[in-house]
Amino acid sequence: MDMDDALQTFFVESRELLESMEQCLLKIEQTPDDVELINAIFRTAHTIKGSAGLFGLDDIVSFTHVAESVLDCLRDGEISIDAELIALLLSAGDHIYTLVDHAAVNGGELTEEMSSNGARLNKALSAYLLLSEHGSKAEINGEPSGQKQAQSNALAEHNHPYTTEGGGAVETDLWHLSLRFGLEVLRNGTDPISFIRYLGTLGSIEHIVTLVDNLPALAEFNAESCYLGFEIGFKSEADKATIEGVFDFVREYSEIRILPPNSKIADYLKLIEALPGEDLKIGEILLSCGTLTERELSQILALQQSDKRLMGELLVDAQMVPQPVIEAALSKQKTNKEAKNSEANLIRVDADKLDDLINLVGELIVAGAGANLLANNTGVTPLIEATATVSMLVEQLRDSALSMRMVQIGGTFNRFQRVVRDVSKTLGKDMELIINGAETELDKTVVEKIGDPLTHLVRNAMDHGIEQADVRLALGKPAKGTLTLNAFHDAGSIVIEVSDDGGGLNKEKILSKAIERGLASEGQNLSDKEIFNLIFEAGFSTAETVSNLSGRGVGMDVVKRNIQALRGSVVIDSIEGQGSKVSIRLPLTLAIIDGFLVGVGDSAYVIPLDMVVECIEMDAWNQDGGVGHYLNLRGEVLPYCRLREHFEVESAATNRENVVVVRFGDAKVGLVVDKLMGEFQTVIKPLGKVFSQMRGVGGFTILGSGEVALILDVPSLIKQVSQHYEHLKSVH
Amino acid sequence: MEIDVAIVGEYCQISLAGEMTIYVAENLKNSELFSAFEQCTRVDVDLSMISEMDTAGLQIMVAAKASAQAQGKEVHFINHSSAVLNVLDLCNMASFFGDPMVISPSVN
Repeated sequence: MDMDDALQTFFVESRELLESMEQCLLKIEQTPDDVELINAIFRTAHTIKGSAGLFGLDDIVSFTHVAESVLDCLRDGEISIDAELIALLLSAGDHIYTLVDHAAVNGGELTEEMSSNGARLNKALSAYLLLSEHGSKAEINGEPSGQKQAQSNALAEHNHPYTTEGGGAVETDLWHLSLRFGLEVLRNGTDPISFIRYLGTLGSIEHIVTLVDNLPALAEFNAESCYLGFEIGFKSEADKATIEGVFDFVREYSEIRILPPNSKIADYLKLIEALPGEDLKIGEILLSCGTLTERELSQILALQQSDKRLMGELLVDAQMVPQPVIEAALSKQKTNKEAKNSEANLIRVDADKLDDLINLVGELIVAGAGANLLANNTGVTPLIEATATVSMLVEQLRDSALSMRMVQIGGTFNRFQRVVRDVSKTLGKDMELIINGAETELDKTVVEKIGDPLTHLVRNAMDHGIEQADVRLALGKPAKGTLTLNAFHDAGSIVIEVSDDGGGLNKEKILSKAIERGLASEGQNLSDKEIFNLIFEAGFSTAETVSNLSGRGVGMDVVKRNIQALRGSVVIDSIEGQGSKVSIRLPLTLAIIDGFLVGVGDSAYVIPLDMVVECIEMDAWNQDGGVGHYLNLRGEVLPYCRLREHFEVESAATNRENVVVVRFGDAKVGLVVDKLMGEFQTVIKPLGKVFSQMRGVGGFTILGSGEVALILDVPSLIKQVSQHYEHLKSVH
Repeated sequence: MEIDVAIVGEYCQISLAGEMTIYVAENLKNSELFSAFEQCTRVDVDLSMISEMDTAGLQIMVAAKASAQAQGKEVHFINHSSAVLNVLDLCNMASFFGDPMVISPSVN
């Protein structure tokens, strides 16, 4: 593999790992006891460090090493997780991200800012390492700190090596754990001892035998391989799945056997048979672990010798192990397998290649439509049938090509966990983010562009929407504010909702502000919704104080512009005192628009729906007498143009003409057409090069009937018509 | 990891300081901890400055013990630090090494 390619993969993977690390860190804030999460975070740091080392990216290695050490202490329970440490680890993650980015861009010396930032974090992290050492010293002095109480108790319980030896009473209610760690375990960054230490927190380790027999002679001894095995007699109320769970990370490489208390003698026989080494010796270990009594052991050995066949039957007897145990084990295996499968099913593809493919599919559709028309004109049935099949296949190809660009919005949503966390710290408000519909899919380009507007909205909701905890409590709301991100598909578009349970919008305040800014007039009769949506107008902000987050009057109008640029729309709804909800509606893909279909003669044209203001019958208007080329729209001058004349459509004029008023920016014109045919979901196809000089047409689309309809380029049409009108005006 | 070696005739005292973990295991394996047996009959290893120990560290101890025994030499670990004691207690390895150890007060 080319090293350069590998390096690129490293950058991509590191970024993904860092993102998942961030997610885990945010989750661990809610569930600080989740060992799985701590392990996941540790592995992230470990993997990045390892891969960075492979490429000689020393800056990343040295910084990540410190973070990794802290995580290791955390994993071993030497230090405990708290908000401060999470914040520190989050910034450490950010710093690694910066380092990775830096390496990806130029890979030269670190900037001063990076080094100083790194040094600062390094120092803070090292402080935790020191703390962990001191912590263990305190424990030795018999002064376990509060947070360590549980752990040291657990340790104390099984620290009986001197007293349990030769201890008489054998307890049969012990779990028996037989652990043979794989050679690679240490190199993979896992530490068997820490698993055993953790096991101690689930119950009490009654007896443990460390097996060193596998340790090879010095010449073959590799200090980084693991040769140790453990036999453990374990007393615990935990169920088998929990105990098995302890060893999840090493299961793949190691032999982990767990026998529940009071297992049948045959099970122990099976265990003895399965373990490498002399049966008798293992039997003795079981004996010393307190798992078996001497009588039971001799029974087993006798059974083994007397009847091999019987034992085989015993082994296949499903009754030997309690049913839930099997189910737990099976489901575990299944999920492991599924995770592996889905990993293998993913292929990284260059986005450019995907774009190429979609362009080609577009071309194919154009060519296919052409072939279809020709075939129809010939009237040769087999040919028509053949092209129909082809176009059907092309349609499927288009759908699957477009779906390849579809990504789940969850990734974008999850980024806000961090934003919410950071902002709630800054503002001193207690808030949580609830995400719904994370699996909703939309076009990748749309996803990329929606990030910024969403950030604005989320920040706004947190800053202005959700009140301080004391205010909330006084209002009878829970102290913790809730922010919800929701996404779902609705009629060919995706709807993204940002809602909060905060104070909501104040109608009077908005209205008076709008009047003050000249956005509305005093006597205007506006509905609630219209008033709320005034906040999307440029230069509008009702926040009394300007915070560094929002409130400077830029923001909501930018949000609206960005969303409109994606051919989307945004509305806000609010109930005062109960919260507000911003709904963004976006097209699923940029290649599809909502069109308004109009007819002139036999031809059909599509006008992008969001540019249509209104439609009025031509007769209802004052005719201009033919010279002025403008209409009187409620006292307003409206230049117009007949599409029939503009596109030189040769057909008889109809009596009933309609005017479609279109608007782009501040300019409005009327387009005169014969028929209004209603809304139409339009897949935009680019026109061929031959038509590149043609003005007023932006593309074409294929109608359900197979006919081609031109999509009007409204901005350029408006320009032409206005120029023409100005010209006429100056002539007269 | 710092390794301090003092050899007096056939007696060797080694002081280890720092973490005794996977990160330094390979170094330790190539250190005097193993090569000292070539000229000494008894090696005392001072572990009082060990700040951290993991499975790899324990293995090094086991390997040193085994390699000493194979050559008919003696190795003793002395002044175990809390980190070392913790691991030995956990794995019930005190009797394997047979070295005198200070029983920590947290053990009742």
